[in-house]
Amino acid sequence: MIANLVQLAAEHAEEQNPLIPPGPELLVGAIAFAIVFFFFWKKLLPNINKVLEERREAIEGGIEKAEAAQTEAQSVLEQYKAQLAEARHEAARLRQEAQEQGAQLIAEMRAEGQRQREEIVAAGHAQIEADRKAAAQSLRQDVGQLATDLAGKLVGESLEDHARQSRTIDRFLDELEEKAEAAR
Amino acid sequence: MSDNGCGFPAPGLHSFLFKPMFTVGGFEFNKVMMLALLTTLVVITFFYLAFGKAKVIPGKLQMMGEAGYDFVRRGIVYETLGKKDGEKYVPLMVSLFFFIWIMNIWSVIPLTQFPVSSIIAYPAVLAAIVYLVWVPLTFKKHGFVGGWKNVTGYDNSLGPIKWLVSFIEFFSNLLVRPFTHAVRLFANMFAGHLMLVMFTVASWYLLNSWLIPAAGVSFVMTIGMILFELFVQAVQAYVFVLLACSYIQGALAKHH
Repeated sequence: MIANLVQLAAEHAEEQNPLIPPGPELLVGAIAFAIVFFFFWKKLLPNINKVLEERREAIEGGIEKAEAAQTEAQSVLEQYKAQLAEARHEAARLRQEAQEQGAQLIAEMRAEGQRQREEIVAAGHAQIEADRKAAAQSLRQDVGQLATDLAGKLVGESLEDHARQSRTIDRFLDELEEKAEAAR
Repeated sequence: MSDNGCGFPAPGLHSFLFKPMFTVGGFEFNKVMMLALLTTLVVITFFYLAFGKAKVIPGKLQMMGEAGYDFVRRGIVYETLGKKDGEKYVPLMVSLFFFIWIMNIWSVIPLTQFPVSSIIAYPAVLAAIVYLVWVPLTFKKHGFVGGWKNVTGYDNSLGPIKWLVSFIEFFSNLLVRPFTHAVRLFANMFAGHLMLVMFTVASWYLLNSWLIPAAGVSFVMTIGMILFELFVQAVQAYVFVLLACSYIQGALAKHH
């Protein structure tokens, strides 16, 4: 009985207050946690943070690359558009110029043709006038000659010198011409 | 203690006492110490396998590790302290969370079946570490007088009751806080373990003749308690770390 009580008392003595931490346990707990903490702090978390950072950069880099490509494509497109517009403008300008030049050329040629025509016509007129004058001259001489010859034959004497001096025939013919002018 | 007349081996304080497994140079080594060191081994091994050779494109284990890491880092530290102030404390908080969680989980692992954190020494060490972080931080941040004002909530606008407020705040923050911080975790795990042992032992004890249906009920309760404990273990680890963060936040805050 007494032995039992002693044993019970011993058991109770062993059952200390659960809120009072036993010393050795504190030490083991501290060591166990310290190992975990230092491993995380010095090795594992820097490791994973580096990788997370790399991943973030890779993702952002990819986005940046895509954005850069898009920007470049946009600028190239605009460049092409600008070039196309310029080319169209240039073509229109060239066409306009060609038209203008053509019109000018035609106008010049027309003027030239006109000029040549007028020259030719003028030359023709002059030639005709000269021919007419020559013909009239020669006709006048011939008619005078014929008339003189005829008169000489009729009168039976040579009136050549006389006729030449008096210029009767010329006067006569001038009168004829005047009459013809008046009649016209 | 165990003899209460009917022979039912009710769990009690004796359930939390362990005979030394072996002795190294006068140092008595028991099961809980072994589990504490096993906790270290498990946490380090898992995270070494997950993060040791971390890759930009993660494997399954790394993904799991990252999810856990991100949960503590973003879900607790950044949420309470912000990214700028919090970054410095991420390693401490991550270590605390996983160390505590694994310590708790031994409670439901077959063969071990004992939560390390139900021995007050382990939560006490961790609470002391947190205490030694935030108290010096208060004085470093605000100076000697400012530090005391921060801790005691001293405020002239309160008038004469400021002395009373300061005294209560001093008592609650500097003296009671580390105690409640440790005991909250300890008591949850302690009670949880008692309940588990209760129903487990009862399942065996009731397993005779006409009491068999009662044994069945007790067994179902055991399963239910295991599931509930799994939840409580994670929640208590979370709460411990969340409180640690909020203490540090209080230390850094301009006005108490």
